[in-house]
Amino acid sequence: MTLPPSFTDEHVAGAVALSELERDALTELVNIGVSRAAASLRRMVGGEVLLSVPAIEIIPQATAATLIAEREGEDLVAVRQDFSGAFRGRALLLFPQSNGLELVRAVLGEDVAPEDAAEMEREALAETGNIILNGCLGTMANMLHRSLTMSLPQVLRGDGRSLLDAGGPASPEGLVLFLYINFAVRDRSIRGYIAMVMDMPSLGALKLLVGDFIERVMDDEMDVFPAAQG
Amino acid sequence: MATTVLIVDDSKLARIVAGKAVAALQPDWGRVEAGNAEEAMARLEAGGIDLALLDYNMPGKDGLTLAAEMRALHPSMPIAVITANVQDEVIARARAVSAAFVPKPVTEEALRGFVSGAALRLRVGAR
Repeated sequence: MTLPPSFTDEHVAGAVALSELERDALTELVNIGVSRAAASLRRMVGGEVLLSVPAIEIIPQATAATLIAEREGEDLVAVRQDFSGAFRGRALLLFPQSNGLELVRAVLGEDVAPEDAAEMEREALAETGNIILNGCLGTMANMLHRSLTMSLPQVLRGDGRSLLDAGGPASPEGLVLFLYINFAVRDRSIRGYIAMVMDMPSLGALKLLVGDFIERVMDDEMDVFPAAQG
Repeated sequence: MATTVLIVDDSKLARIVAGKAVAALQPDWGRVEAGNAEEAMARLEAGGIDLALLDYNMPGKDGLTLAAEMRALHPSMPIAVITANVQDEVIARARAVSAAFVPKPVTEEALRGFVSGAALRLRVGAR
């Protein structure tokens, strides 16, 4: 996903800019969070979970929604959790709808009767989303020495645009921090994205915490990664 | 000749963290960095590298693929793959190329076993 060429710095007046090192540190925090969450998911689905390197963009919310809508021709199912605390936003685990039942089989085993599988789909989705999203955000929050409150997972269906927009943290024109990772389960037709959206005030708060984190990394005397995390 | 460790990670911050952990354990070791697999191979071919710390999840070639390529050229070089992704398959693939597995975030404690083992192997190998 790349930005349209028309999107220049003039459009980001009032936006929070991240320095190169802040962006690097944030990407690394997300990478560690998602990698740990993938290890938890691997235990649930019994197959290796493959991840991409996280991508971070500051773009209008409508553009983020379009990016997802354009990449996916079909309808999606999403597990959504809102988080709040030192910074707030929305985290989503998105799959093509056709992957839902395959996920249930991966979690519950092949011998689940088709009628039971349909019934279990929502629960399996919510639980999977909860493990991935909580795992990722929890690790990030711990490394930033802050706590986050997570809402209960909601299972939603629709196209990329509606899933990202509905009651989102910003207006469609408003800039958001859009963070996404592709994932897939090896030897299964399961693939999707993990996405996070934060508005500018939250990005401002996050930028300060990331700055503190970088300072701890640079400071020889401090314990950068307390044992309590994870 | 001084021991030199090659630290490969696409994140500069992660390279700093790993470098500091190495420095705390082995203050005399030289450290060189690479931001991706291609840079790492070029640095390795330039010579003088005794051991390597490789991030797993990098754009382009991942750390396990890089480890396999390095292993083919240097059968006895101590190599560690660093990741928070502690899936069985990832650990198994690291073992398959005789690479150690070090969990991320890298701490002095997490790195101690690999570094002292490597130091011992390098001393024995130098004799």
